[in-house]
Amino acid sequence: MTKLVALQVGDSLEEIRLRPVSRLDLIKYAGASGDYNPIHTIDEEAKKAGLPGIIAHGMWTMGNLAKLFTPYVEQGFIQDYSVRFKGMVFLGDVITLHATLTEKTDNQLRFRVSATNQNGNEVIQGEVVFSLYEKISIP
Amino acid sequence: MLASYVGKCSKKVKNVVERGAVKKFAEAIGDLHPIYWEEEAGKNSRYQTNIAPPTFPRVFDYGVIEGLNLPAKGLIHGEQSFHYDRPLLVGEELFCYAKVESYDEKQSSMGNIGRLVITSYGEDVLGNIIFTSTATIILTEAVRKAMMV
Repeated sequence: MTKLVALQVGDSLEEIRLRPVSRLDLIKYAGASGDYNPIHTIDEEAKKAGLPGIIAHGMWTMGNLAKLFTPYVEQGFIQDYSVRFKGMVFLGDVITLHATLTEKTDNQLRFRVSATNQNGNEVIQGEVVFSLYEKISIP
Repeated sequence: MLASYVGKCSKKVKNVVERGAVKKFAEAIGDLHPIYWEEEAGKNSRYQTNIAPPTFPRVFDYGVIEGLNLPAKGLIHGEQSFHYDRPLLVGEELFCYAKVESYDEKQSSMGNIGRLVITSYGEDVLGNIIFTSTATIILTEAVRKAMMV
């Protein structure tokens, strides 16, 4: 496992490309999160709300994005995680998750994070502050 | 009208970070790392138990802010943030409540929009705040009109 502390400002974590968003993905998230707003699962309700079709829960995408950091759970934890929801995610969209290191202090790593769709548009964008269990030793 | 709720809080509700709920949530976001569900991986970790993914607080019950009746439909989730003192531990009890942080209205490309900021808190049994979560909810003019009926 790569050590996060070895990253330099400007370096990125390995991107993750999700499989195309399916209705079942959203039904599962509705059940697991308790968010049953029907615009995320039922076509007619989405249309009534003026949408072309059902859209993913913003929190589904935000939840997915955090998994870029899960391989590093032994090195630290996500202390701050904030995002802005910039665009809607529709069925069949292919979402890619990104994180780039923007700042390094003695025990924190700050990343710019985003999820983009197949057209390269950011659907969410934000920041993660990853708190390290062991301080970075400055030589 | 919404501005009058600023500062109001719900009563604390006891929540448990349930093992089954954590696994189901991790699965729903495609993040089935053993640290979230495999007991052995939890025992051998720093916290000696499994932990929950960072967006897991979505599942908690934060109680009711008296009088604040947001519609079930038409709300837009604009922004979201989480702040943690440490990860949430499977099996622990958290006392959760929500507070109306602020409300304002402004002109945007979607017309006159209302921005409602709600902060949610999770405290341990000793009253230490373990996490806070802040949601910015956008209410369009049409949604606000419907609320007044």
